[in-house]
Amino acid sequence: MRAWIAFWNILWKDMRTYYLKPPNISWGLLFPLAWTLMFFIKSGSAVGEVRNILPGVMALSILFGTTSMLAVTVTFEKKGRSFERLLLAPIPLELLMLAKTAGAVLFGVANAFVPVVMAAFLVDLGGVAWWQMASAVVLIAVSSTFLGLFIAVSVSEVFEAQTFSNFFRFPMVFLCGLFLPIAALPVFLRPLSYVLPLTYGADVLHGAVNGAARLPLVADLSMLALFCAGLFWFSLYNVRRKWIA
Amino acid sequence: MDESRRVAIEAQDLAKRYDGLLAVDGVSFEVREGEVFGFLGPNGAGKTTTINMLTGLARPTAGAIRFLGQDYTHDVKKAQHLMGIVPDESNLYPELDGFENLSFCGALYGMRRSEREGRARELLETFGLAAVARRKFAAYSKGMRRKLAIAAGIIHRPRILFLDEPTTGIDVASARQIRQLLADLNRSGTTVFLTTHYIEEAERLCHRIAFIVEGRLVRVDTVANLVQDVQGRHIVQLALSRDIGELLDPLRQAFPGVEFERVAGGALRAVTAQPLPLAPLVRFFEDHGVAVTEARAIRPSLEEVFVRVTGIELERMKKEKEKGGGA
Repeated sequence: MRAWIAFWNILWKDMRTYYLKPPNISWGLLFPLAWTLMFFIKSGSAVGEVRNILPGVMALSILFGTTSMLAVTVTFEKKGRSFERLLLAPIPLELLMLAKTAGAVLFGVANAFVPVVMAAFLVDLGGVAWWQMASAVVLIAVSSTFLGLFIAVSVSEVFEAQTFSNFFRFPMVFLCGLFLPIAALPVFLRPLSYVLPLTYGADVLHGAVNGAARLPLVADLSMLALFCAGLFWFSLYNVRRKWIA
Repeated sequence: MDESRRVAIEAQDLAKRYDGLLAVDGVSFEVREGEVFGFLGPNGAGKTTTINMLTGLARPTAGAIRFLGQDYTHDVKKAQHLMGIVPDESNLYPELDGFENLSFCGALYGMRRSEREGRARELLETFGLAAVARRKFAAYSKGMRRKLAIAAGIIHRPRILFLDEPTTGIDVASARQIRQLLADLNRSGTTVFLTTHYIEEAERLCHRIAFIVEGRLVRVDTVANLVQDVQGRHIVQLALSRDIGELLDPLRQAFPGVEFERVAGGALRAVTAQPLPLAPLVRFFEDHGVAVTEARAIRPSLEEVFVRVTGIELERMKKEKEKGGGA
């Protein structure tokens, strides 16, 4: 019970001080809007295309929102030594890191539904498998957040967190099958696609919105869950190794 | 300090190696409940590393850590509810105000809202920060930050308080107030583990002091014993009615084995290995038409002991500290 009081307060403090700040809210709204417009224009402004580009925009909104926010906020707190205060609190490290990441997960989930709301004004979203979409959104948000955590524990400066984030994010955008089918990639790049969590998330989203998944839903969700667990475990290992050395 | 009291902190052969460098080398000590234990040493001696091991921010390479008789060597986290920690740099949240910072720190220790908010108000009052309770921490002065950091360290009423350089770099008035607050805290039963490079602060606050040099404990003892054993000298300072320049030689002949030094203000200092009987000395001066207006025993300073034990000049250490550093 005592540990949960700490959990909720860490989450609420982060929401107040980082995620609910006007610059981040505007980022959360503008970023998906910019992506939507970009692809909308590229597709020749055909309204029917919105549904095709929706999974990609949703996935990118989550990926860019969560990884940046978490990597930067944790690195910022580590640099200012306020993260040390959390490490000195009598709460299990696992719960502490879950509290730190929960805000970014919620931020990512909220970001994902901005393009959905926008799309709802332009096209008919009937036939969307909402539960499938929701589970994909949550798992993409969790895996992207844990990727941000992995980045945060690997760097010591805020600018390094940004640079390192892009090192993972941009290749992921082009290799995960969001906008370019994996089958269309050069043969030597295809195996890389399957070691990226977003590949499985994008597949579930394609399946949920357009019924065009390549892998079975269970396989996609299991792989995403596996990535979540792996990234979280590896981040905790790194925290113990580097910050409680 | 009462030897029958329970041991609150016990470090046994504690060692820490970083990349081949032995930062702490087999340190052992005990701190009893209700004691103020000073941990002194030059920069890089291993003070902060030792605190980090005791508080769970670093894992010992070897040795054992016990709190209140229980072994926590492999999981100090389980003992963190017992301790409050005030690091050498304020690690509170600049974007939160004073009250929110304290309340948040209380929540980290599982305190319920009403309990932690009441305690936060009480501490803001005690530390003279009630008027700035709603000011952002980033806008606090250095002295206010230190006070709030100490308040945050004791919000959950810890049994053991670790303080790393609590008065470094703050104004005299704030430092004095912090020392008073620490003394009050200790009177209320809190065990205090204090690192400082202000020798006079350690002398005033601590029951016992440990000197650490290059990762090794070179001496642990009470302030009185440290001063007495290391120096073994008795000093008496006399204020006289006039200058006694011409009497120094006869004085030295009359009292062989006593060193006499004239000090600022026309006073005379007598230094001996044994306690010095005053009556013959006063009689000597009376016989030569000099009145002794005041006589007082001077306690050999801990600063001298520190310099002797550690081999480090204190001024150099202070300058190093101001430049930053500490391990």
